[in-house]
Amino acid sequence: MNIPVESYFILSTLLFFIGVYGFVARKNLISILMSVELILNAANINFVVANRFLFPEYLEGHIYSLFVIAIAAAETAVAISIIINVYRQKKNIDAKSINELKY
Amino acid sequence: MNILSLFVIIPLVMMAVIFCVNGEKKSLIRTIMSIGGFALLCTSTYLTIQFLELRQIDTTSEFLFTESAMWYERFNIHYSVGVDGISVAMLLLSSIVVITGVFVSYAMEEKVKEYFLWFLMLSIGVYGFFISLDLFTMFLFYEVALIPMYLLIGLWGSGKKEYSAMKLTLMLMGGSAFLMVGIFGIYYNSIPEGGEGTFNIQEIAANVQALKANGGDISWEYIFFPLTFVGFGVLGAMFPFHTWSPDGHASAPTAVSMLHAGVLMKLGGYGCFRVAMYLMPDAAQDLAWIFIILTGISVVYGAFSACVQTDLKYINAYSSVSHCGLVLFALLMMNKTAMTGAILQMVSHGLMTALFFALIGMIYGRTHTRDIREMGGLMKIMPILCVCYVIAGLASLGLPGLSGFVAEMTIFVGAFEHTDFFHRTFVILGCSSIVITAVYILRVVGKILMGPVQDKHHETLTDAVWYEKVAAFGLIAAIAAIGMAPLWLSNMIGGGIENIAKLFTYGL
Amino acid sequence: MEQLASLAPYVLILPLCMFLILGLFGKKMCPKVSGLLGTTVFGVVSVICYYIALKYFFSGEYQIGETYQQVTLFNMEWLRMNEDLVISIGFLLDPLSAIMLIVISTVSLMVHIYSMGYMHGEGGFQRFYAILSLFSFAMLGLVVATNIFQMYIFWELVGVSSFLLISFYYFKHSAVRAAKKAFIVTRFADMFFLIGILILSYYTRTFDFDKLTFITDGHVDAIVNSDLRTMTFLGFPVISIAMFLIFLGGAGKSAMFPLHIWLPDAMEGPTPASALIHAATMVVAGVYLVARLFPIYTFEAPHVLEIISYIGAFTSIFAAIIACAQTDIKRVLAFSTISQIAYMMVALGVSGYGGVNGLGYTASMWHLFTHAMFKALLFMAAGAIIHAVHSNEMDAMGNLRKKLPITHITFLIACLAIAGIPPFSGFFSKDEILVAAFETNKWVFAVEYFVAGLTAFYMFRLYYRIFWFGEPEEGYEHEPHEAPLNMTFPLMFLAAVTVITGISWAFGKVSFTELISSDFTSYEIHTHWNIALPSIGAGVIGILIATFLYLEKTGRPNKAVSYIKKPYLWAYNKFYIDEIYLFVTNNIIFQRICQPIAWFDRHIIDGFMNLLSWVTNKTSQETKEIQSGYVQQYAWVFIMGVITIVLLSINL
Repeated sequence: MNIPVESYFILSTLLFFIGVYGFVARKNLISILMSVELILNAANINFVVANRFLFPEYLEGHIYSLFVIAIAAAETAVAISIIINVYRQKKNIDAKSINELKY
Repeated sequence: MNILSLFVIIPLVMMAVIFCVNGEKKSLIRTIMSIGGFALLCTSTYLTIQFLELRQIDTTSEFLFTESAMWYERFNIHYSVGVDGISVAMLLLSSIVVITGVFVSYAMEEKVKEYFLWFLMLSIGVYGFFISLDLFTMFLFYEVALIPMYLLIGLWGSGKKEYSAMKLTLMLMGGSAFLMVGIFGIYYNSIPEGGEGTFNIQEIAANVQALKANGGDISWEYIFFPLTFVGFGVLGAMFPFHTWSPDGHASAPTAVSMLHAGVLMKLGGYGCFRVAMYLMPDAAQDLAWIFIILTGISVVYGAFSACVQTDLKYINAYSSVSHCGLVLFALLMMNKTAMTGAILQMVSHGLMTALFFALIGMIYGRTHTRDIREMGGLMKIMPILCVCYVIAGLASLGLPGLSGFVAEMTIFVGAFEHTDFFHRTFVILGCSSIVITAVYILRVVGKILMGPVQDKHHETLTDAVWYEKVAAFGLIAAIAAIGMAPLWLSNMIGGGIENIAKLFTYGL
Repeated sequence: MEQLASLAPYVLILPLCMFLILGLFGKKMCPKVSGLLGTTVFGVVSVICYYIALKYFFSGEYQIGETYQQVTLFNMEWLRMNEDLVISIGFLLDPLSAIMLIVISTVSLMVHIYSMGYMHGEGGFQRFYAILSLFSFAMLGLVVATNIFQMYIFWELVGVSSFLLISFYYFKHSAVRAAKKAFIVTRFADMFFLIGILILSYYTRTFDFDKLTFITDGHVDAIVNSDLRTMTFLGFPVISIAMFLIFLGGAGKSAMFPLHIWLPDAMEGPTPASALIHAATMVVAGVYLVARLFPIYTFEAPHVLEIISYIGAFTSIFAAIIACAQTDIKRVLAFSTISQIAYMMVALGVSGYGGVNGLGYTASMWHLFTHAMFKALLFMAAGAIIHAVHSNEMDAMGNLRKKLPITHITFLIACLAIAGIPPFSGFFSKDEILVAAFETNKWVFAVEYFVAGLTAFYMFRLYYRIFWFGEPEEGYEHEPHEAPLNMTFPLMFLAAVTVITGISWAFGKVSFTELISSDFTSYEIHTHWNIALPSIGAGVIGILIATFLYLEKTGRPNKAVSYIKKPYLWAYNKFYIDEIYLFVTNNIIFQRICQPIAWFDRHIIDGFMNLLSWVTNKTSQETKEIQSGYVQQYAWVFIMGVITIVLLSINL
């Protein structure tokens, strides 16, 4: 089975914009976090695909995507802990309810 | 090493020493400050004597004790110092005000260490400004002198101190923004063809003269003269940029008011003269009329405003507006006599306003009010302070034998050299200020010092203590010395003025 | 010359030193010591002054022919304005300053002695002597001035010592107010003086009197050589304006109408100070000033001289009328002083130059001398009376002639002198003034003639009210007694001077015209009986009316007043001049000028600055809302920004 390279990119673009949409449109902090994951995964797909199709003899793209996954995991851990703290204070995890960080 | 650098080094060393001292040891800090202040006074006295001697021998060069060291090569910025009669007079004034300021601050109990550190920073700026011959270093020291004011007023002040500190700093900073544009304008426009730009005042002056002699374009002067003059004029409390002065002085702690009104405001007059007028004589002559009107207004306006104020410090601040207006007014008359008078007025006003603020601080420290309506008959309670206050008042209204008279008369005689109607009118307006001054000075003297005791609680107050006496008597001695034997000072200043006055052909 | 030159500096240095010593260390001395010290040192100064003056007049060294020469004993550069204008402190000796030296040292010494008794036990005794020394220094410096600026310097100094003496009882509101008034009014006049000096010196390029008054062929050289002769301003010759302004300065110090208002109030000061400053010496400074610059007035600004004579005439009658209605004895004397100084001004105003033409000048100086003596005497006697009855009001006095015999006799002598009764000194000087006025201006003469009668009336009204008239209704506060010797001695001394000068004049022993004249050349003069007799007559009529009304306690004074109720009230209230001034200063200067300016400053100028800061503040307040704190909003803006940039870059 030979899937053309464009399809991968279309998929990653779609994922990316879904992530972006989710990031700006969702109220729930968990959903926003998931949207960020989507954006990161879109980037991962791009790395892997580009590596596979352009420089099949190298591995950097794959390794990069591993890095991204690791960072995403760390980020999720931090984010979830922040969200838990937010929940403890506000009794909800609505993105609209946290706007203290201003002026 | 050059003696002039001492004026910056001594305060720096003092800062370092005080920085190392434990802030709890207040009396040790005061002792260090007194010793340092005394060292500064000695240095400036020594400098004056040396200067007068050297002047006898070397009558040609404009500045003596010159020294120059490269500082930033790219823009040809030097640390260059040198003095003429005017700067020597200013240095002497600063030293007297600094040491008396230290004595007046003896009563300060709060955050003494930090207070004196900022105080020293302020004096570094002041001294540095007067010894500099390089526009850039001059501007640098100018800023160094301004910034500590914010903290000194904001932290140690009284009344609505945050507001006043902010207002003062912002207005003066606004002025220095004008000034910076002016200085860079002068720098770039005075670059001779094929030559290198310079910040050295003497070289710029020579370049500008050469440019004019070669028929070069000097229209830039007409843009940068007003900028520079207004920039310095803000500090010199020129109408309508004076309103920082009443609020700022009213809120500042005593010694800071003294140093600010006594010395820092003189930076304005000195700068107008040394930078704006000296470097751009043509624009100065053509645009003088605008500033004569403004300063003429400030002379009378300040005096009239002072007549109805009820806060002692406000009265004195408005009186400063009037007197400093007279300084700039006389400078703009652009002949040797009037300009000499202007510098004399700077010295005289510096001393007497410092005395005023010192005394007001001492009275306020006892009565806890500065409202003249709440005081009366203090002469009976604290005779020494009150007699000193009367002397300060008499100096301010121009009594012969005290310094104010010498300065004012020189100014009026000099200003009268202009024969046209415009100038005469303003001179006569200026003369009228001596009457208004008498009105508001006597109003205060009559209200708070004389008459029956107003507040029974005041009757238990004490008279001056030793450090207050030292400060007040020191200033009075200086005022009387200048007032009784003004010739040497006037000659010394006149020698410095000559070089600049000859640039002007205005009204002759 | 050498000898005098070596002595002259001490005339100024000694009082100044005394001022500093008593001012700085007086507190540590016992009052008696400080008083004695001050008096002794001033005694030395007086001796030097007398020596200088007598040597000058009678040694013949300073005369060429009949003319006295002007000599400068020393002249020290004090401040250099420019190449030409130099302020010096020096000692100019000519008949004018020699006479003034005598007047000042005599009166001042007497006041020094008198104050030992009068001020005894008062708080601030040392301070009083310190200020007396300051005043003596300033006044002596004023009269020996070599240049007009030196005069101005000491002029201001006498002003301030006057201020300090009036406010001597500084805990009293009225004293403080009077002191402020005196200082500000004279300061106001001094401003004109200063402007006059500026004009005069700018064109003549000199401050020096010897240059300013140097005459050749009936013109003042310094003026001729300048542009002043031809210059006009608003149609007036500039020289006249300058000289008029200088006169205004003198008018302030000498209390000429309308600048006279400070002098009556100045009586709030201690009586010896009033005697010295506000009767004998400082107030004649204006006369001295005009006399000093007389050549310029007479040759270059004759119209100003005419104005001076009119102002003088008006002031003299104006003050004399007020004096008739006052009840405070010091105020009567104050108005009498104003009136008499105006007399001197009139004399200068009607005078010409040289020989008999200059009779007015001689008479003016002569009257200055005699008036200083008898007016100081009157004031000191008044002080002795106040000392005895503890009140200034006439109503608290009466029938004191037995209780205060010495004061009574000396007071009477002075009253006779001021009323112009021969052979007392006042008669001769006043007579010469009338003669001079008669020959120049009949109107002025008529006024002065009337004033002479009026003077006799109010002085004897005063005399009778104090010494006759019957005891006060409530009785005295305590039994009045004669003052101690140190107070009566000056009275007797000055009475003797008044009598002796009069008699020696009458017998022709000393002719004043030999000593001082407008051109310093002596000339012959005779008593003009056709004028002298009517003037004696006027004086006698005045005295008789006073005797009729006030010799005994009757209803006559009240009856007389009831005929002239309105004018009496006006005169009693000093024609409401004070109220006019008060209105001008309070309602116009303070409320219409100062208050609006202060308001303008706080609200418009400062308001503008505050507006700037308000605008800045408001703008940042508004713009900061952009930073909302909502993460998603930031992301939205970020994405939109990226998209915009991408689209823009594609377009490019």
